[in-house]
Amino acid sequence: MQAIPAKPIQVKGLKKAYKQHQVLKGVDFEVERGHIFALLGSNGAGKTTVVKILTTLLQPDDGIAAINGFDVASKPDCVRQVISLTGQFAAVDEILTGRENLIMIAKLRYLKHPRQVANDLLHRFGLTDAADRRVATYSGGMRRRLDIALSLVGNPQIIFLDEPTTGLDPEARLEVWKIVKELANSGTTIFLTTQYLEEAEQLAERIAILHEGKIIASGTLSELKKLFPSAKVEYVENQPSLEEIFLAIVGNKEEK
Amino acid sequence: METSKRHFFSDMGVMVGRSMRHISRSLDTIITVTMMPIAFMLLFVYVFGGAIQTGTDNYVNYLLPGILLIAIATGVSYTAYRLFTDVQRGIFERFHTMPISRSTLLWGHVLTSLISNAISVLVIIIVALIMGFRSSAGVLSWLAVASILALFTLALTWVAAIAGLSAKTVDGASAFSYPIIFLPFISSAFVPTSSMPTVVRIFAENQPVTSIVEAIRALLSGQPLHSDIWIALAWCVGIMLIAYIFAMRVYNKRF
Repeated sequence: MQAIPAKPIQVKGLKKAYKQHQVLKGVDFEVERGHIFALLGSNGAGKTTVVKILTTLLQPDDGIAAINGFDVASKPDCVRQVISLTGQFAAVDEILTGRENLIMIAKLRYLKHPRQVANDLLHRFGLTDAADRRVATYSGGMRRRLDIALSLVGNPQIIFLDEPTTGLDPEARLEVWKIVKELANSGTTIFLTTQYLEEAEQLAERIAILHEGKIIASGTLSELKKLFPSAKVEYVENQPSLEEIFLAIVGNKEEK
Repeated sequence: METSKRHFFSDMGVMVGRSMRHISRSLDTIITVTMMPIAFMLLFVYVFGGAIQTGTDNYVNYLLPGILLIAIATGVSYTAYRLFTDVQRGIFERFHTMPISRSTLLWGHVLTSLISNAISVLVIIIVALIMGFRSSAGVLSWLAVASILALFTLALTWVAAIAGLSAKTVDGASAFSYPIIFLPFISSAFVPTSSMPTVVRIFAENQPVTSIVEAIRALLSGQPLHSDIWIALAWCVGIMLIAYIFAMRVYNKRF
């Protein structure tokens, strides 16, 4: 129907309050197809609220949130066809085995060959040896890998990763990064939230910083670096890290 | 919506398969829902039974309906527990972001509760038969017994759903079942109510378990049915409807 294909994720003037507490105060951003987009913010900034609204788990109070042009609030079923969510807490069934978890999701996505899909993903995520063990016996890193694998069943176009590396050891974190990069190379749009600035820097093509319910800065890493008040940049060898940019911007806002 | 409806039964199958696996892999669940009622039955028949005067020559016959209700009440407390862990662990979030029929998430648990309780009821009846339980009931009476037990299970399962969905802790999720498990003891399930002090007797004679126990007992022993069966059905259907409405309200508020 539309002349120009809609962007995978469009958010405009998004507002959400829990009782008296205004969590989102008018959030705007867009994500391009095939990009990795990172929503960066400290604990309690409202990142998970944004993810929950975009994945149809929460209704926004005001504003527009659309996935592939479908409004998340009024067309949740159309949205659910193309997305998947890996939430903050591993959404895996601990009593089932890794293989059974994958087969279950494949059946719920009505795929033709659930066993084959499970085998492929187990192989791809290095879980073949542990495939028939109950998930309760998995390490944190394995659990997270399975969690992401579950999100890939049926090849959804847009994947939401809510703090995918929180609570992981450095090695497991690197593994997740590798997976995310591979995914993006295959054309999947990835929306991730993180409180690790390094993570956004490593993975994302575009970064938006969510602070106190608003996007206070967004752009590519180099665009964000320009925002950094770096008068001394000529004399200083190292580039400002995203962490410094973040703290500088947050500091500026608070002074106003 | 269209797709969700079309896949209702396939989604339901996956959900039930999943929670039945949860049961079959939990030794604790199996022991508590079948072994405990059987232990009660052994205890009451072979330890207390000799001293209990029920006016029947076969105490197992007298006891069985109450034991079955205790088994079901114990069984549904695990439904509450399973629902609670689903809500807590985030697996419901995953399901809710998928294009699956939403209602199968709750109904899967409800159907699992029906199936698993039917199995434990069967096992207990077999043990009772070995212990000397005999019934003159015909096919129709047995069907009536099965229906009452199924309604009782459904009613309690929806109560369990409220508990599982709204509890803050695991203990809270299954705590609702303790008074229900206890109710048969203050009913005609183990001893005739005529032996109880007035206040207790009035309570015992007017609470749901007594009418359900009396109805099942009458059906199994081929005695004429009193008003008990209608009171029993009214209790089951009433509790089921009210609990269903509240459970759906809690569910829709939460998700």
